[in-house]
Amino acid sequence: MLTIDNLHARVGQQSILKGLNLQIKPGEVHAIMGPNGAGKSTLSYLLSGRDGYEVEGGSVQFMDDDLLEMEVEDRARHGLFLAFQYPVEIPGVSNMEFMKESVNAIREQRGEEPLSAAEFLKKAKEACKQVQLPLDFLKRGVNEGFSGGEKKRNEIMQMILLEPKLCILDESDSGLDIDALQVVASGVNSQRNSERSFLVITHYQRLLDYIKPDFVHILANGKIVKSGDASLALKVEKEGYAFLGIEATEEASS
Amino acid sequence: MTEQIDQALSRKYEAGFVSDIESETFAAGLDEDVIRRISAMKNEPEWMLEWRLRAYHSWLKMEEPEWAHLHYPKIDYQAISYYSAPKSMKDKPKSLDEVDPELLRVYEKLGIPVHEQEVLAGVAVDMVFDSVSVATTFREKLKEAGVIFCPISEAIQNYPELVKKYLGSVVPRSDNYFAALNSAVFTDGSFVYIPKGVRCPMELSTYFRINEQNTGQFERTLIVADEGSYVSYLEGCTAPQRDENQLHAAVVELVAMDDAKIKYSTVQNWYPGDEDGKGGIYNFVTKRGICHTNAHISWTQVETGSAVTWKYPSCVLKGDNSVGEFYSVALTRGRQQADTGTKMIHLGKNTRSTIISKGISAGRSNNSYRGLVHMGPKADGARNFTECDSLLIGDRCGAHTFPYIESRNPTAKVEHEATTSKVSEDQLFLCKQRGLDAEKAVSMIVNGFCKEVFKELPMEFAVEAGKLLEISLEGSVG
Ligand SMILES: Nc1ncnc2c1ncn2[C@@H]1O[C@H](COP(=O)(O)OP(=O)(O)OP(=O)(O)O)[C@@H](O)[C@H]1O
Ligand SMILES: [Mg+2]
Repeated sequence: MLTIDNLHARVGQQSILKGLNLQIKPGEVHAIMGPNGAGKSTLSYLLSGRDGYEVEGGSVQFMDDDLLEMEVEDRARHGLFLAFQYPVEIPGVSNMEFMKESVNAIREQRGEEPLSAAEFLKKAKEACKQVQLPLDFLKRGVNEGFSGGEKKRNEIMQMILLEPKLCILDESDSGLDIDALQVVASGVNSQRNSERSFLVITHYQRLLDYIKPDFVHILANGKIVKSGDASLALKVEKEGYAFLGIEATEEASS
Repeated sequence: MTEQIDQALSRKYEAGFVSDIESETFAAGLDEDVIRRISAMKNEPEWMLEWRLRAYHSWLKMEEPEWAHLHYPKIDYQAISYYSAPKSMKDKPKSLDEVDPELLRVYEKLGIPVHEQEVLAGVAVDMVFDSVSVATTFREKLKEAGVIFCPISEAIQNYPELVKKYLGSVVPRSDNYFAALNSAVFTDGSFVYIPKGVRCPMELSTYFRINEQNTGQFERTLIVADEGSYVSYLEGCTAPQRDENQLHAAVVELVAMDDAKIKYSTVQNWYPGDEDGKGGIYNFVTKRGICHTNAHISWTQVETGSAVTWKYPSCVLKGDNSVGEFYSVALTRGRQQADTGTKMIHLGKNTRSTIISKGISAGRSNNSYRGLVHMGPKADGARNFTECDSLLIGDRCGAHTFPYIESRNPTAKVEHEATTSKVSEDQLFLCKQRGLDAEKAVSMIVNGFCKEVFKELPMEFAVEAGKLLEISLEGSVG
């Protein structure tokens, strides 16, 4: 599904990723943990192709394609989805409208007919219920005035509708109350299957109680410094990152 | 909309509706004689000629206004021809193959049917009329309701009393430089009269006027809604309109008698000129309505065309409890310049007005909102709410707001809100990450920004206006 090989990248003048390797196979769930400023969001932006993140070396293979050569929207159309750490508002554009355009852009790529308004509405309502947002959220402007937790649930709703191949969740659990956490987790779990892969960025082991990862990686100083199974997350939870012998922001702030 | 055009196309020729004028184009230049000839061509009564001449003499004494935030070369009024006969069939393109492909591409994108494209592009089509046309039914229906809807040149002939009474009653002949010019030389336009208590049975559209050609330059529109009546009027169309005449100076007058309501919607899409602004149309429009007691006038405009736009649809809220509204979307790109806004003149008690203005600037364009809210000494309890938002696309364009408030009444309240925002990188990235290309993303964000205004437009118009913005924004994102 995804093979990241010796990836180096910088933002502005600052090198952030320094030789990152990661391989994700279809159906796998990988969790990434790591101190603030380690480069987790940077990795997610790099994979999704955001401007301003410059690759200095290495390669990323996404299914059959050289991911780094693709435009942002092509990556999305080929099934790469990013649930944002900080979802942005688009005033006046209804969630419905936005998601319908989005779903149809992706269907077009797959050679499928656009959904009719009625078909789409039906799916959207189901997805909305699944993340336990009231239906009027479909009519509201994208993230417009949503609470932090509502924004996160809205991201998961989009993920459900878009049926991506690789889902990158950047701290989809931060700022959620315990019920919302379960809603988000069960939304994710409902989408797990042998084809679809997940890259879950989180600070809290708690989320991984609900979304059981196949692998856990620690990202620090621009590299994966340790990989393991779910027990690694438990260890981090208990001991912090100290046992890895790294200082949280040493590199990032230099 | 399409249906309406079909109706317009299939309407039966009725003698008198199309003015029977000789094919002649006047030499460039303006003097009394030219005005006499225009009036003679139209077979006008003496009083009309008098009226025009007076306007002309006022115009001579006036100066072209320079206060607007606009830059354009001085217009040579003696270099313009003030009367051009409709193009004859043999001068027109024979088929769509002879029409500018760029224009056709836009028509296509707007989903305009071929037949309609031909008419819009001025192709010489022989119109085949149904013997029992839908439009005849349409005219019948209006007639039954007592509604008068005809070219103003025809109204001057057939309803001189109405025209005499109201023409210039809202926008006086010497109101401003461009209005005076229009009053002197206008060639045609629409006249509408809705009798007491009548709700006009359908939306009236300029499409229905078959002799539309060549009225664009100095168009004159007069709409009178008598007591307790209602009418919704649509001007313009979303398809880009080209015109050889660079200067346009239209006047629109609305009269809403007691308890009447007039809803006036415009989509203006005149040719904006090329990348450098060359060849675009200068659009200097005077639009004003007067509201008597409890009356209501609502202006909605979507302005995307013209090289230079100078336009302030206004309401004189004369009667107590009357209501004025102005909803505007003005989009400028390339080298376009727009200075547009409104005036709300509160004279009566408890008068209310709402102004929602959305300016979008892209490219190297300049977009200015200029609005006046005047609270007269008798306007007890009057209220105004103004919201004025600007959206910038890129960093070479400009947005400006010039709100003027004059309050002569301590009980009157004026509220003004203004925002300026940019289409942000974050928003674009979110859209692209969801599979939308940059153009779609921008048009969606811009449409969202305009929502409050679009919802005031008649349904089909709103959909087309959305598409129009999308097309207008093509290429404005890097
Ligand atoms: N546009 C930018 N300009 C300069 N530095 C940046 C920029 N974006 C990110 N950085 C820096 O890159 C480093 C990595 O940031 P990133 O957001 O990837 O961290 P993170 O691991 O997601 O942290 P958190 O856990 O707090 O979300 C940080 O030191 C951050 O300040
Ligand atoms: Mg982060």
